[in-house]
Amino acid sequence: MRRVAIAGIGFTKIREHWSKSLKDLFAEAALKAFEDAGTDEVDALYVSNMGAASLQGQLHLGAMMADTIGKRGIAALRVEAASASGGAAFREGVKAVASGYSDCVLVGGVEKMSDGIPAEVSATLAMSEDQEYTSYTGVTKIGLNALIHRHYMERFGVKAEDIAMFAVRSHENAVGSPHAQYPFKVSIDRVMASPMEADPIHTLECAGVGDGSAAVLLRPADEAKDDIIVAATSLATGAYYLSDRSDILTFEAVRQAATQAFKSADVSHSEIDVLEVHDDTTITGVISLEDLGFVEKGMGAEYVSRGDTTRGGETPTNTFGGLKARGNPVGATGLYQICEVALQLRQEAGPCQVEDANVGLAQSLGGLGSTCAVTILRRG
Amino acid sequence: MSVPRYWRETRYRYRLIGEMCTECGAIFFPRRAVCLKCGSVELEEYKLKEIGTVATWTTIRNPPEGYEKYAPYIVALVELDDGVMVLTQVVDIEPEEMKTGMRVEAAFRKVKEDGSSGIIEYGFKFRPIIE
Repeated sequence: MRRVAIAGIGFTKIREHWSKSLKDLFAEAALKAFEDAGTDEVDALYVSNMGAASLQGQLHLGAMMADTIGKRGIAALRVEAASASGGAAFREGVKAVASGYSDCVLVGGVEKMSDGIPAEVSATLAMSEDQEYTSYTGVTKIGLNALIHRHYMERFGVKAEDIAMFAVRSHENAVGSPHAQYPFKVSIDRVMASPMEADPIHTLECAGVGDGSAAVLLRPADEAKDDIIVAATSLATGAYYLSDRSDILTFEAVRQAATQAFKSADVSHSEIDVLEVHDDTTITGVISLEDLGFVEKGMGAEYVSRGDTTRGGETPTNTFGGLKARGNPVGATGLYQICEVALQLRQEAGPCQVEDANVGLAQSLGGLGSTCAVTILRRG
Repeated sequence: MSVPRYWRETRYRYRLIGEMCTECGAIFFPRRAVCLKCGSVELEEYKLKEIGTVATWTTIRNPPEGYEKYAPYIVALVELDDGVMVLTQVVDIEPEEMKTGMRVEAAFRKVKEDGSSGIIEYGFKFRPIIE
């Protein structure tokens, strides 16, 4: 297997892009990645997206985006694994280059949530779950998170404020991040005073609705000129239904993907200088920290609230604001995380820079933790 | 929703029927092709208990398409008396009165309407047991 490097990255600002289409956003990110790499040579394209079939009635994104960026002829297809689509697509790209099937692969995620009214967006996000038995109850994706959120508080005696601090920390980190959707601080009082979305989860504990696209260009690693090396990518699935897990506060897929990635990259937790986790709500961020192995089960909220995930803390986490403050254009989110880790390792993160970042990890989560992709990048 | 798609699940959704592994006794809801515990494909229908305890719950305030007129409504994870967990709405109770550990029983209820000329969909929901 060949070692794989990230040759270029590109992404759009995340916001409600009323005047831009899926194609416009994708092209912007892809052309930036080509420019960053200094080449537009590409022989395969993986497009990650979750909601276009529902929100735009659009499928066949592979051929559509290849045409959009002037690359007719290349192999192209869409990868979908709910909100883990970005991390999953990245892994497919890495496999293609590592195996020798392709030499230059573009992996681009795109999502345009703002084309749907709130009830359509909610129904689209709930498509990650079984439509006949889970979504049929009328539960939303945030509602499922709320079930584990309440259970977490009750089992570990954790205060709502401690879990909500995850959102506060994310917003602190987003200040100065040029591509973040919400690059400003939010106080814990404001989070706790925001309306209930699905009790006990407040609106300001949830990632908002955003549009964006992020892309990376992959090629075989060349020690002389490549600065970002893919040290590991892993993908794992866990129990699909919340109702038949031995422990609803554990995401088995996260544990499995993390174990595989740490082993294959041959790095330890203490070597991770920068971490991007999937905080579509505060509780998923907390549980992700635990199941990735950075803190013991039940201690995640305290870890966050005492400051261990801040830029100067033990495990700098969500250094550009995470899903909460950078934004969550669902199918593109995993690729934003990877681009952000790459920026940190290149020491190009500006005001968001973590000092001497050499190794970074990104975790992309699909459904209620039933798919997890983990990527570890290293400075070459 | 198409008629066959609705119809093929009615037996299970109306009557709370899952599957039990004939090899190891593990129970699943919804039904599976393979036992997740022992790998056996010898599974038979199993009628779930209709009484259970609320393990955790939430109130849905911003519902998905099709459920707007019922909001706010409660969704809970209920541990049935045979140990099986089901995800379900809990009805006939206000959110302020909900408590973890509350005893509930199954009820047959309307779930939603597929527009003004489509199917009216039904299924199980749970309600508090009045002592």
